[in-house]
Amino acid sequence: MNKTLLTTTCLAVLGLTQAASADTLRLLTWGGYAPDEVVEMFEEQTGHTVEVTKSNNEEMIAKLRATGGGGFDLAQPSQDRVMGPQMEFGIYKPIDMSKIDESLFIPSMLKATMANTTVNGDVYGVPHVWGTSGLVINTAEAGGVVKDYTDLCDPALAGKVSYRLKRPTLIGFAFAMGEDPFAAYGDEARYKEIMEKVEAKLTECKANVKTYWSGGDELMNLVRSGEVTASMAWDTGGWKLNEDNADITFVAPASGALGWIDTFVLPSKGQSDEAAYAWINFVMQPEIAAKITSVAGNFTASAGADEFAEDALKAKYQASFPQEAVDNIKWYPPVPAGLETIEGGVLDRVQAAN
Amino acid sequence: MRSHARIGFVLLLTPLVLWLGLLIVIPHIDMLLISLRERISFGVYETSLTQYDKALTEPLYLRTFWRTAVMSVLATAITLLIAFPVAYYIAKMARGRLQQVLFMLCLIPFYVSELVRTFGWMILLRETGLISSLLQWVGLADQPVEMLYNDAAMMVGLVYTSMLFMVVPLVTTLESLDDSVVEAGYDLGGNGLSVLREIIIPHAMPGIVSGCIVVFMLSLGNYLTPTMLGGKDSLWFTEMIYNQFIVRSNWELGAAFGFMLLVLSSVIVWGVLRLTGRTLQETMG
Repeated sequence: MNKTLLTTTCLAVLGLTQAASADTLRLLTWGGYAPDEVVEMFEEQTGHTVEVTKSNNEEMIAKLRATGGGGFDLAQPSQDRVMGPQMEFGIYKPIDMSKIDESLFIPSMLKATMANTTVNGDVYGVPHVWGTSGLVINTAEAGGVVKDYTDLCDPALAGKVSYRLKRPTLIGFAFAMGEDPFAAYGDEARYKEIMEKVEAKLTECKANVKTYWSGGDELMNLVRSGEVTASMAWDTGGWKLNEDNADITFVAPASGALGWIDTFVLPSKGQSDEAAYAWINFVMQPEIAAKITSVAGNFTASAGADEFAEDALKAKYQASFPQEAVDNIKWYPPVPAGLETIEGGVLDRVQAAN
Repeated sequence: MRSHARIGFVLLLTPLVLWLGLLIVIPHIDMLLISLRERISFGVYETSLTQYDKALTEPLYLRTFWRTAVMSVLATAITLLIAFPVAYYIAKMARGRLQQVLFMLCLIPFYVSELVRTFGWMILLRETGLISSLLQWVGLADQPVEMLYNDAAMMVGLVYTSMLFMVVPLVTTLESLDDSVVEAGYDLGGNGLSVLREIIIPHAMPGIVSGCIVVFMLSLGNYLTPTMLGGKDSLWFTEMIYNQFIVRSNWELGAAFGFMLLVLSSVIVWGVLRLTGRTLQETMG
């Protein structure tokens, strides 16, 4: 009886270790970044299997923090969320750049991301997908009114506005109010002052807001049904809605769209780095990157992928981003620790305000 | 023989001990330790009561805390008011087939997940939703009516979500009430109200108390319904815990909030038991 029990336990333990062997790539990513088609091609070519978990910035970091960097082999937080969490929790491991084919990347973007994700001389992130957030507007109804984030508070739009209660909103409003929050990143007192101004504005603006959206699909529904005519959202959301209703589109705000880059990072307890490097080099090939662009809607840092991108998407991009709007994109610098506590207080107070 | 019995006892007890220990006791101890520390700088922490101090002095946190408690109590009361007649009808008035069918009808909404049920309410209540369109069609409203994103919508969601957990214990206790006792009450000159007050409610008390406790706990710990139906003004305490843990990466304050919620629910349950003069043993057994 005891013998059987022992054997069963041994078998179970063996089974468990088997399942975690090096050939499975556990990928923690965003929706659309690992389309089935690409995963199948990768599995066929390399023999590795890929398990995809979809998430967002905050949850990625919370998940990795909870396990001390375990449970996944490759993750994709935004570039401003790599340095801080690494210094604080040590949840990533350095990237061996010799295993990555640098020629696949747009050089300026690779350089900028590497610089932004360097801790103690080690590089922790390489770029993958980039995009912006700005305004998604029903131009027929709100086109004349909304040119910048602060215009969302215009009384003409009362009850027809939606934005997220998250840090991009704070940053966007700060820029629209003529401040430069990124320049104040190093100066906590100054940053607090800016955030207090933004808090006053957002509290005043609250009466205009229908609801604070939290998921992309929720916002899409609100805008598509006409319940919301002006909102703060990602460029892809605006372009997708544009396909259903030509009046709705993404507009880069006068004070500048906010640019983000999602990266590849290796969690510190990742078990199949080989597969992770193989995945990075695989998806950065121009043809594959173009496939991801067509699903996710955003462009990648892959050099030469533009050639393979769909013309329709390129046209929408050019309509939303004339050259001066591209030059005006505000790229997120790494978030220093401590600022998020200030922002958290502001967001809580705005949500509770009447 | 004796040693066999002991092995059996140990084997039966092991899952319970593992369940309680690994999934409840150890995580809570860890959470308590997290809530008792303060971040000094990168990776450096000190033991302190700062988090509780912060939670108890910041008016916003306290307001949300009390708001959640009061709203949960209110949701429990409304659920009881609606569920009692329903349960009484199922247990006492309906007979045979009808009784089973009615009971099933209460159960059926719970075959789908809470998320789907909440989305159902959103489809009904939203500005371009069913009720709004219906009102316009009938002519009672001349423009779309927004019924979502306010406290009333949230309350509807909370009551709907927890209805079953009130109906079931009530039906069980009311079924055990002998009809002849009610009859005797009327024979002795009681009217509907006094029979209800003197006979039915005292008999149903164990069901009422256990139903209320379950519903209160469910409402207090609900995350989905307040977030989805409540909209911009309805900060729920669980949402604040989620925000601290996930969005702000501030586990220390989140853990302190978690413990405050645990203490609050324990105190209120204890208070209700004291008020009704019951022990936990009677209520749950």
